[in-house]
Amino acid sequence: MQTWVFAEEIEGAPTTLALEMLSKARTFGGDLAAVYLGAGSDAAFATLGAHGATKVFHLTPGGALPTAAAAAALAGLVAEHHPDMLLFGVAFTDRDVAGRLSARIDRPVLSNAVEITIAGDTVQVINEILGGTTLVDTVYRGPKPWIGIVRPKSFAAEAGTAFTPEVIPVALPDVGHAGEAAVLEHHAEVSEGPSLEDAAIVVTAGRGVGGTDKMGALNELAVLLGAAVGGTRAVVDAGWLPFSAQVGQTGKTVRPGVYIAAGVSGAMQHLVGMKDSGTIIAVNKDEEAPIFRVADLGIVGDLHKVLPKLVEELKARR
Amino acid sequence: MGPLSYTGSAMKIAVCVKQIPDPNTPYALDPGTHFVERPQDQVLDDTDRYGVEIALQLAEATGGTVTLVSMCPAGNLQGIRQALAMGAHRAVIVNDPGLRGSGALVTAKVLAAVLRKEEPDLVITGTESTDGYTGVVPQQVAELLGLPSLTFARKVTQADGKIRIERMTAMGYDVVESPLPVLLSVTSGVVEPRYPTFKGIMAAKTKPVEQPTAADLGFGPDQVGPTGSAQEIIGVRAAPERGAGRKVVDEGEAHLEIVRLLEQVKVI
Repeated sequence: MQTWVFAEEIEGAPTTLALEMLSKARTFGGDLAAVYLGAGSDAAFATLGAHGATKVFHLTPGGALPTAAAAAALAGLVAEHHPDMLLFGVAFTDRDVAGRLSARIDRPVLSNAVEITIAGDTVQVINEILGGTTLVDTVYRGPKPWIGIVRPKSFAAEAGTAFTPEVIPVALPDVGHAGEAAVLEHHAEVSEGPSLEDAAIVVTAGRGVGGTDKMGALNELAVLLGAAVGGTRAVVDAGWLPFSAQVGQTGKTVRPGVYIAAGVSGAMQHLVGMKDSGTIIAVNKDEEAPIFRVADLGIVGDLHKVLPKLVEELKARR
Repeated sequence: MGPLSYTGSAMKIAVCVKQIPDPNTPYALDPGTHFVERPQDQVLDDTDRYGVEIALQLAEATGGTVTLVSMCPAGNLQGIRQALAMGAHRAVIVNDPGLRGSGALVTAKVLAAVLRKEEPDLVITGTESTDGYTGVVPQQVAELLGLPSLTFARKVTQADGKIRIERMTAMGYDVVESPLPVLLSVTSGVVEPRYPTFKGIMAAKTKPVEQPTAADLGFGPDQVGPTGSAQEIIGVRAAPERGAGRKVVDEGEAHLEIVRLLEQVKVI
C-alpha cells in the first residue's frame, strides 16, 4: 500500500487536517508520502516526518493560484510512482486540487470520508448523510489510484517517532489558460479568542438570536468560558457573523468538549458539523427543535432570558 | 453601475444548478439502490440562488444571456422554473434515468459535455450541492474544460474583461483574478438573491427547457451511472444514535442547570 497525503501549508506549517490524515494513513502500513504545497521549511518537513511521511513531494506555489498546476504536477507524479491512494481534506485548496486531479487522471473521488477501511485490495470509505444520521459505505471499483477527501476531526493527529523525510522538489508545470488565475493579495482575518477548530468550548448562534446587535450575552458568555463563537448558515448568510465562523456541512466541523447552541434549530446541515462534540447544551424556544435530539441538556426557553442569567451566575462565581 | 458592471461585449453565462428534494422534508432512500428518492416536486438547491443572481447581474450589465445547465431528474421542473423565474433565459437539463447513481466525476463529464456545446464566457456554480455535497464537481468541470477555477468566492467584481474574487482561505481570503473564460464557484451570501416577481414566474412557464439524454451527448450506458462511476455503494445504515439527554423547560432557573452541567464536565 502506497498512500499519499496532500498537505497545504498554512502559516508556515502543514494543516492539522493533513496531520490527521497522515496519522490515519500510518495505520494502513506500507509507504506513506506527503504532497506539500507551500514555501516549505525543515521544521515543516520534520512535522510531516514525525506524523509518518517518509517522503515529501514539495510543490512551491508562485504568484498564480496553484491549484490547476498542482493537479497537473500530481498527475505526473501519479504516472511515475503509481500510488494506491491519495488523501485530501475537506478544505478549499485540497478540494480544488483533488477535483482537478480526478478529472485529469479520470479516477473517481469519494468525498466526506469519516472512516476508511482497507481489506485486501478493497478500500471502503464511510461517509455521513442526512445530518449524520445515516452512514454510507462506498467502495472503489476499477483501477487505482483511489482518491479520497476526508472530513476534519475524523482522526486524531498523533506524532510518532521523529523522522527526517526525504524531500523531493517538484516543479509546477505550465498549464496554459487553466493556470492564468493570479493571486493579487493575501488577507488574514484575525479573530479574537481561540479558533473554532481548536477551542475546547464553542458557543454557537442560530437564527433565534435575532440579530448581530442581540449577541451581547452570547459573546460575553464566550469570553467568560474562553470559548470560540460559531454561527449557523442562516446567521452567516444574514451577515451577523463572518463565514469563517460557520459550523456545518458547508462550514467547519468542530468537536469541542462542550458545545452550546443558542437559538439553533438543528438543521441536518448544521448537525453534521457538530454532533460529535463532547457535551451538547441547547437553548431554544421551540421544544420540537431537532437540536434537542442530540443535546445532553436541552433548555426550552428564551435564550435572551437564559443567557444573561447564565452570564451573571458565572461572573458571581469568579 | 454596480460592482459587476462590465464594459466588454455581451457576456454568455452558464450557471450550473440542481433541483433537489425539499431539504425540509425527510429524505427517503431506495432500499434496493440506496439512492435518494426523487419526488416530482423538487426545489432549486438554495445555494444555487447566489450563482444565478451573480449571473443575472453580469448579464444585465452587458446585454448578455444566462443559461441554466443541470443534470437531474426533471420531475415537474419546479426547481428549474424557480431559477428561470429569477430571470435566467433558458435551461438545458440532462434528464436520463441511466444517470441515476452517477458519481461526481461522471456528473462533471455530463455537465462539461453540455458546456462544450454552449461555449460560455463564464461558468458559475455553487461550491457544493446541499444533498450530495461531494464538493468537487466545479473543479472537475473546470479541469475538463481547461478553464481556471476561481473557487469559493465570497465577493465577485469584474474589470476589463477579467473576473476578480475574494477567495476564501483558512486564514481569511485572497484576492484572485482571472481572464475569461473561467469557472467561478460562489459561496452562499456572496450577494443578495432576488425574489422572482409575478411577471418572472409567469414568463418562466414558457421559457425553453431542453432535455437531452446522456446518449444525445455521446455517452454510452457503461460510461454513466454506478458502472461508469467506478464506485459502488455497498451499504447504508443508521449511524449510532447519540440519544437525547434531559429537556428542561425554563421557568426562570434553567440557567442553573447549565451551570451544574458545566461544573460536572469540569470546564468551570
